[in-house]
Amino acid sequence: MRKIKEFVIEQSLLTSALITIAVTFGIVAVLGFEAVIFFSEVSIIDFFTDTQWTPLFTDKHYGILPLLSGTLLTSFIAISVALPVGLSISIYLSEYAPTSFRKTIKPLLELLAAVPTVVYGFFALIVVTPFLQSIYPNLSGFNALSAGIVMGIMIIPFVSSISEDALHAVPHSLREASFGMGSTRLQTAFKVVVPAASSGIIVSIILAISRAIGETMIVAIAAGQQPRLTLDPTVPVETITAYIVQVSLGDVQHGSIEYRTIFAAGITLFAFTFLLNTISYRIRKKYQARYE
Amino acid sequence: MNSIQKNRLLDNAFKYWGIFCTIIGLVLLVVFIGDILIDGLSRIDWSFITNLPSRKAEKSGIYTALMGSIWILLLTSLIAIPIGVAAGIYLEEYSKKNKFSGLLEINISNLAGVPSIIYGLLGLEVFVRIMNLGASVLAGSLTLSLLILPIIIVATREAIKAVPKSISDASYALGASKWQTIWNQILPASSGGILTGVILALSRAVGETAPLIVVGALAYVPFAPSTPMDEFSVLPIQIFNWISRPQHGFIENAAAAIIILLLITFIMNGIAVYFRNKWQNKWK
Repeated sequence: MRKIKEFVIEQSLLTSALITIAVTFGIVAVLGFEAVIFFSEVSIIDFFTDTQWTPLFTDKHYGILPLLSGTLLTSFIAISVALPVGLSISIYLSEYAPTSFRKTIKPLLELLAAVPTVVYGFFALIVVTPFLQSIYPNLSGFNALSAGIVMGIMIIPFVSSISEDALHAVPHSLREASFGMGSTRLQTAFKVVVPAASSGIIVSIILAISRAIGETMIVAIAAGQQPRLTLDPTVPVETITAYIVQVSLGDVQHGSIEYRTIFAAGITLFAFTFLLNTISYRIRKKYQARYE
Repeated sequence: MNSIQKNRLLDNAFKYWGIFCTIIGLVLLVVFIGDILIDGLSRIDWSFITNLPSRKAEKSGIYTALMGSIWILLLTSLIAIPIGVAAGIYLEEYSKKNKFSGLLEINISNLAGVPSIIYGLLGLEVFVRIMNLGASVLAGSLTLSLLILPIIIVATREAIKAVPKSISDASYALGASKWQTIWNQILPASSGGILTGVILALSRAVGETAPLIVVGALAYVPFAPSTPMDEFSVLPIQIFNWISRPQHGFIENAAAAIIILLLITFIMNGIAVYFRNKWQNKWK
């Protein structure tokens, strides 16, 4: 009797674990299924080479490049903010700051990541854009710049937290050897500790990029809804995620080609983030045991 | 200036730069919350909480959105917590180290990195269309449950991993079965850590906007949901809707609703941090 009970429990726990596999399978199947139908109507060559994305207009073009450029532009701006700041924070906290300061500040920093993204969108549109407009009057009301900057603030804790863990895991003997040679903390940090923790730092950067590419509400609110192939951060752009939101808010018939465009856009987004996440997982697994 | 002095100077310069970077994000957050309080605090009163949405900004309230968020929170907890904790227990206590468990692990790590809007597309096709649930609270909760599952699983595993082996050894030595050991010893001992993870995951679910928009949650619902099959709105969607309107009155409403949403998020995070600190001291 006891054996049966144990067996049943184990199987139901296994089923719960298998649900996660079903989720991945479901995502790939749903995106793949709708995308295959989409690409039977729209040539995949047009999809990757056409420079216009206008599925909701009468003159329809299905080129993903404008959405892709919008996504990469906002993500690039976000990373340019989050990377230097996040790395400096992690080095400061791990190499300079007293333990008590580190312990109080880390949960506070993580609060930055806990704020709902729709709130950051409000921040970008109502506070940051008017502020930037007072410096560059030509800045459009919707633009990639303020969305990117605010997104960068949001992902600072992703970079700083994981990097700090990696720096912290570097054994003290390495630092002591460097101090013994007469190095300052700064020299030790950049020439010894950072190289030793490089795999963890790279993982944190990749995860931050993946997070920025998939971020939706900030760009949907503050970057605009005009797909255009440009690297100009001062004009409205549209990201893949913002396009999906735009279509979802409208009245698009299920089964129409407009409906399928969000899945075609979605599978492009999924492919990017999947690639980045897999790379970061590989790096993490490979170097995990280095200093343990 | 010789090179020693130069290096010392650089060292100190970096120290202040590091302090600046650490503080700047938080300062911006404080400035921003201050700005929101100025914009929205005067708008919050009892009628703002209990009024239905309206075309006139000054008559609009968040009642339906708040109720929608509470429904989503409850249903998502009911679905995601048992599955997530069970999967975490399986991976930590039962699964053997082989190709299959490696696959499960890489899969969960990947799921944690999938953008939330992709979960929305999954929910739209599977729950709304194929299972024919419509744009209901249930469809929204199922979608968010899948979204937060990886967070709960990882937190459960970490919490179980932290329980000293001596506890389960003692339980087995007294003749307890594997499940008795897990249920009576390991789960109670790791409950603080699991709870922390669960609350953080739920706080994420409360703030999610994009997947629910994709699933079809509405910006305007005249009534609060009364069954899981009803249409719904949630606070973040209500905020998003108000932000996209040009009239200034709606911006004030958005700021006021943001105050309520942030209050909920920060309280949940505060509780989670409290449990984490309490639990961390347990095994030291």
